[in-house]
Amino acid sequence: MSTATYTPPQTTAPRTRVAVPVVTATKGIPSQTGVWVAVSAIAMSFAALTSALIVREGSGTDWHRFVLPRILYLDTIILIASSFTLEVSRKRFAAAVSSSVAPSGSSASIAAAQRSDGLYWLNMTLTLGLLFVVGQVLAWRSLVFQGLLLATGPSTSFFYVLTAMHGLHLLGGVLGLIYVGYRLRRNARNAQTSLGTAAVYWHFVDLLWFYLLMVIVIRM
Amino acid sequence: MSDASAQPQVHHLSPPTGFIRKHVFSLDHKVIGLQYYGLALAAVFIGMVLSWLFRIHLGWATAAIPGLQFFSPNGAPGGVITPEYYLSLLTMHGTIMVFFVLTNAPFAGFGNYFLPIQIGAEDMAFPRFNMMSFWTTFAAFLVMMAAFFVHDGPPISGWTAYATLSSVGRDAGPGQAMGQNLWAVSIALFCIGQLLGSLNFIATTLDLRTKGMSLSRMPLATWAWFITACIGLLAFADLLPACILLILDRTAGTSFFNPSGMVVSDNLQPHSGGSPLLWQHLFWFFGHPEVYIAIIPAFGIVAHILPTFMRKPLLGGVRVLIGCMVAAGFLSYMVWGHHMFVSGMNPYSAILFSVPTLIITIPFTVATLIFLGSIYGANLRFNSASLFCLGFISVFISGGISGFFLAQPSLDTYLHATYFVVAHFHFVMAVAAIFGIFAGTYFWMPKMIGRMMNETLGKLHFWLTFIGVYCIFMPMHYLGLAGNVRRYSAFTDNYLIPLIPVHKFITVAALLTGAAQFIFFYNLIHTRWWGPQAPDNPWEATTLEWSTTSPPPFDNFGGRHIVVTADPYEYGVEGGATDYVMQTTTGAATKH
Repeated sequence: MSTATYTPPQTTAPRTRVAVPVVTATKGIPSQTGVWVAVSAIAMSFAALTSALIVREGSGTDWHRFVLPRILYLDTIILIASSFTLEVSRKRFAAAVSSSVAPSGSSASIAAAQRSDGLYWLNMTLTLGLLFVVGQVLAWRSLVFQGLLLATGPSTSFFYVLTAMHGLHLLGGVLGLIYVGYRLRRNARNAQTSLGTAAVYWHFVDLLWFYLLMVIVIRM
Repeated sequence: MSDASAQPQVHHLSPPTGFIRKHVFSLDHKVIGLQYYGLALAAVFIGMVLSWLFRIHLGWATAAIPGLQFFSPNGAPGGVITPEYYLSLLTMHGTIMVFFVLTNAPFAGFGNYFLPIQIGAEDMAFPRFNMMSFWTTFAAFLVMMAAFFVHDGPPISGWTAYATLSSVGRDAGPGQAMGQNLWAVSIALFCIGQLLGSLNFIATTLDLRTKGMSLSRMPLATWAWFITACIGLLAFADLLPACILLILDRTAGTSFFNPSGMVVSDNLQPHSGGSPLLWQHLFWFFGHPEVYIAIIPAFGIVAHILPTFMRKPLLGGVRVLIGCMVAAGFLSYMVWGHHMFVSGMNPYSAILFSVPTLIITIPFTVATLIFLGSIYGANLRFNSASLFCLGFISVFISGGISGFFLAQPSLDTYLHATYFVVAHFHFVMAVAAIFGIFAGTYFWMPKMIGRMMNETLGKLHFWLTFIGVYCIFMPMHYLGLAGNVRRYSAFTDNYLIPLIPVHKFITVAALLTGAAQFIFFYNLIHTRWWGPQAPDNPWEATTLEWSTTSPPPFDNFGGRHIVVTADPYEYGVEGGATDYVMQTTTGAATKH
């Protein structure tokens, strides 16, 4: 054995202090990021349900098609209309912001008019959303009258599960819009951003319904 | 002040004054982190006691455990555990440990406490969601515990709740009526809590980083929590609808998982056409990512602690390790079928699941080699935290190697559902994650409670635990190879009788290792009230949590706006008074 003392191998070259330039980290808006994150989680949930539907359809011989209540198509139109009214509302509020900063003298009253217009269209969106839920309940009732219940067969089970879960998410959107409307009325800070966030969610729930309707029409 | 206005301003709230707002329904991420940690501590204690009970039963099947008959008159008449109650105990052990310990402590607990501080934020992006997240999880825990107190006891279907045992109802056995309902409701609640938490983690990491905290300057622990949140977001979004379908099958008469013509306990079940395998697919699509939700935060914690005590950065810099964690997280969604090799799967499908499973070992091997290569030649400071990091690497390698065997369908056909699998996942996931939690506790407790933990007790705790877990789980490989199937409550077959002494040895080891945990509990409680005061930066560490007081004030940095000027692990730097460069210096921070 050599008597030399063991020196650990230097795995990294000795480094010296250097001034590192400061990089500004990106600053997104948390609520905007959050809503996209939430949307992806919800999309994952429905993807899981869809794959479950496909597996279940193939696993047994008891998958029976049934006649879809026609009100579903009316509901679809109502929901698409609600997305448009929400966008109109957003445009009005955006216009209110730009006219309130405009230099002309009468800008304050124009802004106020545009804001109340925006609230009108927001309430319209809420009404359409609730109408959609009522329509879904009517669709359930018409199935119940035909004797098609949750446990009747796998296709009706999935129909009720998919529509109920979608309806719950839509009601969540309604609550969100009510909260945003309350903030807008109070002229709260960042209320405009909240409206944008709620709009992302609302359009997503809208798109989700369109997707579910396709699944339902094709498979049931 | 233009500089201040550019900073994230999430904490408009003033510090709470009332007891309820301060300690119970708190919006402060630090309090919520401690609440998660406390919940995990309570859960791990219960889970450990459950494992003692069923280990005693496995060693001495007819032994009466004094007092148990009062806790469960049906499950343990005269204190002797019935086979069904044995299954209840292990179901609850697995469920509590996987969900309420391994997910809660390293991810939700430490993550809540330190993620905002490590990126220089004042709180999480959505403090109210954060509070809801904890209290939903807490409600889930209470619902789960309620299963012990319903008439026929907790469910017997294991933490995986395989259909149709879990989906049939009362006829399937004791615990399969109300107990299994409570299980499903509890897990559904747990999913909601974790989804809210993951949402918060992701939005906070992306949007609330302070000036200079670019993604490449984020500490590895923060990276691990961020990646885990991304995994958890999809995993729990899959388990939640699965639990809803399970609840419907159990209570509403649907047939998602229940096939037709099933006769259970002499009763023809009123179901048709369902697919028990559907549950396995939905469950394991969540279940495999779930084990990464447990292990990746532990990886991050170890990668965060090791450089501090090696006084040099990890080999290859932070990027390779981040890449490993991202790759593992991504691949975790492609391997769920390897839990189902013996489910009647087409052999070609089995290969499709086997190949990514073997590929997934590459990022983990690279990460482990980075740890080992970095330690080589480093002048490691030995203390409780760094010892547990070394222990983590050891048990992770031991458990990882058995994974190579199980990943291959031909070998798994023999080893499936034997003690070999039990040994594998306890080493690689459970014990490794627990060691990560212990390392994090010894490392961060000075910051969290402002007092130093006792090092002598910590080292004693490490050595007893380290030797103990090897005594418990190493022999299980042998049991599995000998054909000992897991979840058998007694060993009466000729080929199993010679294995009973091994079980007795494991039971004794489990009891002693469990007893050693009381050193930890004592250390923790003693430190909380009587430990010596901790300085702000006891470990000479670089990341932002060490540039504030111990414990940090309500807004984390006492009104200072942090500007980050350095990479996270600048250790072994020459040319200054210290051998490390903090991520921020007091000069760079501006006062309000």
